[in-house]
Amino acid sequence: MRFHFKTSYDQDINLFIDARKAVSYGLLVAAAFALPFVIDDFYLGEATNVLIWAIAGLGLMLLTGQTGQASLGHSAFMALGCYATVLMIEAGVPFLLALPLAGIITGVVGALIAIPALKLHGVYLAIATLALAILADDIIVLLGPWTGGVNGKIAPDIVIFGQALNRWSNPVEWYYVVLVVTIIVTLFYRNLLRAPMGRAFAAVRDSEISAQAMGVDVARTKTIAFGLSCAITGVGGAFMGMFAGAFNNETFNFLLSIQLLMMIVVGGLGFIHGAFLGAVVIAFLPQLLSIVSDTIGGGVAIPGLEAAVFGGILILFLLFEPMGLYGRWLKIKVFLELFPFARKDMFKRQKSYLKTERLR
Amino acid sequence: MSLLELQGVTLKFGGLTAVNNLTLKVEEGEVFALVGPNGAGKSTVFNLISRFYTPVSGTIRFDGKDLLKLASHEVPSLGIARTFQNIELFHQATVLQNLLVGRHRHRQASLIPQLLHLPSVRSEERAHRVAVEEVIDFLDLQPYRDKLIAGLPYGVRKVVELGRALASQPRLLLVDEPASGLSVEETQNMRWWLDDIRRQMGITVLMVEHDMGLVGKVSDRVMALADGAQLALGTPAEVQSHPKVIEAYLGTGAISKTANAAGERV
Repeated sequence: MRFHFKTSYDQDINLFIDARKAVSYGLLVAAAFALPFVIDDFYLGEATNVLIWAIAGLGLMLLTGQTGQASLGHSAFMALGCYATVLMIEAGVPFLLALPLAGIITGVVGALIAIPALKLHGVYLAIATLALAILADDIIVLLGPWTGGVNGKIAPDIVIFGQALNRWSNPVEWYYVVLVVTIIVTLFYRNLLRAPMGRAFAAVRDSEISAQAMGVDVARTKTIAFGLSCAITGVGGAFMGMFAGAFNNETFNFLLSIQLLMMIVVGGLGFIHGAFLGAVVIAFLPQLLSIVSDTIGGGVAIPGLEAAVFGGILILFLLFEPMGLYGRWLKIKVFLELFPFARKDMFKRQKSYLKTERLR
Repeated sequence: MSLLELQGVTLKFGGLTAVNNLTLKVEEGEVFALVGPNGAGKSTVFNLISRFYTPVSGTIRFDGKDLLKLASHEVPSLGIARTFQNIELFHQATVLQNLLVGRHRHRQASLIPQLLHLPSVRSEERAHRVAVEEVIDFLDLQPYRDKLIAGLPYGVRKVVELGRALASQPRLLLVDEPASGLSVEETQNMRWWLDDIRRQMGITVLMVEHDMGLVGKVSDRVMALADGAQLALGTPAEVQSHPKVIEAYLGTGAISKTANAAGERV
């Protein structure tokens, strides 16, 4: 067990609590940058996929894990982010401008939609946002002249400083682009958590009534959370569509939102690490399943196998490890640090009542 | 002019009149206690001041400003902080983070600087932490600073909630049953803190409390409520011996029996 003898306020504000943490995360980033020299193009593509899922997951995590608002509509915002980026690139906007602009557009649209939607709570909010995701599918088809409808669109190359990066022929450069964006998004996320806004998010999540009594404008905070969440997810969606090479309304099916939500629950709700761990699971599960079915089933494809396995994993996590993979890791860490003094009930969740609604 | 003035305030829930034409004046620098049997409307008065409820008639003024014109999240910016009867803390956050939320009304940085963690955000954060650390020192919360609320015992949570209200550096502190569920020793501590809050920090306190021992020791004036209306107003001793108060607690016919015991605990 490590004890931190704090001598300045900056220790609590800094990104890393001590040099050891800073070095280990520094090594992780260095390893991520060195990855293309170690693995081949196929696995580098998979790594890129993991990072793309992680970006989208961080977006939803901000809303669901940090602010406590469920959303099943994030596939719509991924679609918006993707179409906005590609349409802007086609209109001649450089990629480096189009991507953040698409994020901002998605964020603003998300915030506008949030104003009426966030009057709903819990399962009703989930249903309303699910309706949005289903609607988005039809809207993409209806806007065929711009979106290409069911025929979809071919993703253009990313052009950075006059260098065209094709998704197939420049996997290494592509990986680096996604990696840098992932790091920026993670930094933004982390900065938010150590600032008043992040604490306001947590306040709204844990008790709306006392957040209000402390001066937090609940409606405004939720709207900002939704907007930021959509902006990040929109950037993730842009990468997802362009990484697929071609995309249409089916790419951003409402099932994508459900997958995204499952991913952050399996990873660990409320933790940045959770988004990344969940992304690893969701990106590698299909590969793992095909390897398994190849060896056992002799290559017979079983329709719906992936969804079934993923659903099963989700149920097992909800039953046995609601804190997700990252929560399990924390428990293992505490067990090892305190050995042999760790108790089984140290992480027992206390009953908490939904007191917030009481005054309404 | 009083610091807080409720003038002829009435609140109805359907057919039930929770607060009935209540007039209440709290002077700057005093500790004012509201007592009364369950359902008398004490916490409802708090929720009216916090603007969770809107009265059907009457006015509520703080330092001359009309509170009814504000939304509930705007009330703290005037310098009103409160605690809750059933403890409404942020359970999945640490004690430190809870107290820092108390600083919300003093925040300055807007969203973009916060995302980029500009130097101005950092220096603001430091200032918040200095203020919060003073509260932690004052309430002896050092051992719990980095602990999650979810794992803390009830007595400590009660203190953290008081701390969160103090962190906002209010002019008026509303405390809803500060001693409920506390041990004798913890109640004793609460008494010293309430005394110090008034004397050292110069904060006006309006509290709801059932423990007449605590009320008698810390408050300057007491108002007894029953069915949403004033029964008696005066010093703790006056209110405790008031015949109407005794009747409200013990029922009619109790007056003659308790006449001799008047002045002791009701």
